[in-house]
Amino acid sequence: MTWLSITIAGILTYFTRMTMIALVRRDLLGEKIKAVLAYVPSAVFPAIIFPAIFINDYGAYIEMNDPKIFGALVAIIVGYFSRNVIATIFSGLLSYWIIIFVFLS
Amino acid sequence: MLSKKQLFSRGMLDIAPHMLSVIPFGIICGAIGVDLGFNPYLVYAMSIIIFGGASQIVFLQLLSGGASSLVAVTSVGVINSRHLLYGAVLSEYLEKLSFIKKLLISYVVVDQGFAESNKFFKKNKTEQYLHYHLLGTGITMWVCWQIATLAGIILGSFVPEELGLKFAIPLTFIAIVVQDLKKLDHVIVMLVCGISSLLFFEAPFKSYILISPVIALFVAALLLRLKK
Repeated sequence: MTWLSITIAGILTYFTRMTMIALVRRDLLGEKIKAVLAYVPSAVFPAIIFPAIFINDYGAYIEMNDPKIFGALVAIIVGYFSRNVIATIFSGLLSYWIIIFVFLS
Repeated sequence: MLSKKQLFSRGMLDIAPHMLSVIPFGIICGAIGVDLGFNPYLVYAMSIIIFGGASQIVFLQLLSGGASSLVAVTSVGVINSRHLLYGAVLSEYLEKLSFIKKLLISYVVVDQGFAESNKFFKKNKTEQYLHYHLLGTGITMWVCWQIATLAGIILGSFVPEELGLKFAIPLTFIAIVVQDLKKLDHVIVMLVCGISSLLFFEAPFKSYILISPVIALFVAALLLRLKK
């Protein structure tokens, strides 16, 4: 079942890549749709980020002093100024680990 | 006039700096897949079949959280719909290729490769074999992505669960969108999406992952209208 879904997801992804290059005339997408498509990352990824931070494994909202909020804030600040993907991820993980292993243990 | 080989290596060179982020991202992607309890072969096969980092992580995260396959597949489609935009931009430069070549080259169109090749295309419109630059960026990305996710799958089986590696998922996506926090319209769209995802989190089949982008894109369209 999972294999089938992956295959369908793969075919779907390939079509998003191929359609505009090989199948249709490029002016089919109007300027308006192109402008909206440019917002796709901002309109999609927060739906992964917010629940992964603010909702715990049991489906309940976390407390305001949860180490994940701190880790995410550190990652945002480091990412904003460093423009570096690795620095962003690891600063967030590291600050999260410091809190759970040093302060909460 | 640059030769095919020169254009290909120029593409490889232009994409090289991105490997600093692509390789760790690939390692995380592989490690998380194993961490979430999926068959290593399945996690790796996604790198060939889907070949889209963010969507691979989302797919596994949704399935492991109990989403229906239909929701997981659709969300991959939504996330990857941005490729339509890349294709529309690139097609201007790929018009002369045969249909088969167009079908083949499409497979290697990815975010970073698009960004670098498009920059190069704009400056070198008259080159005859321009598409070799896109092949250079795309194939380099593909090879590194395969190696990185494999490495992640191997490493992931050693990472203890207490480390809470799952927290790397939101951090990875923060790293992807953080530069857009500089633009107010993007900040609004992100907040709308994020808050909707919390409000609709209990919606059946994890459909919050589709509902919130639809609301956020609607707001984006409204913002575009206001801007004019």
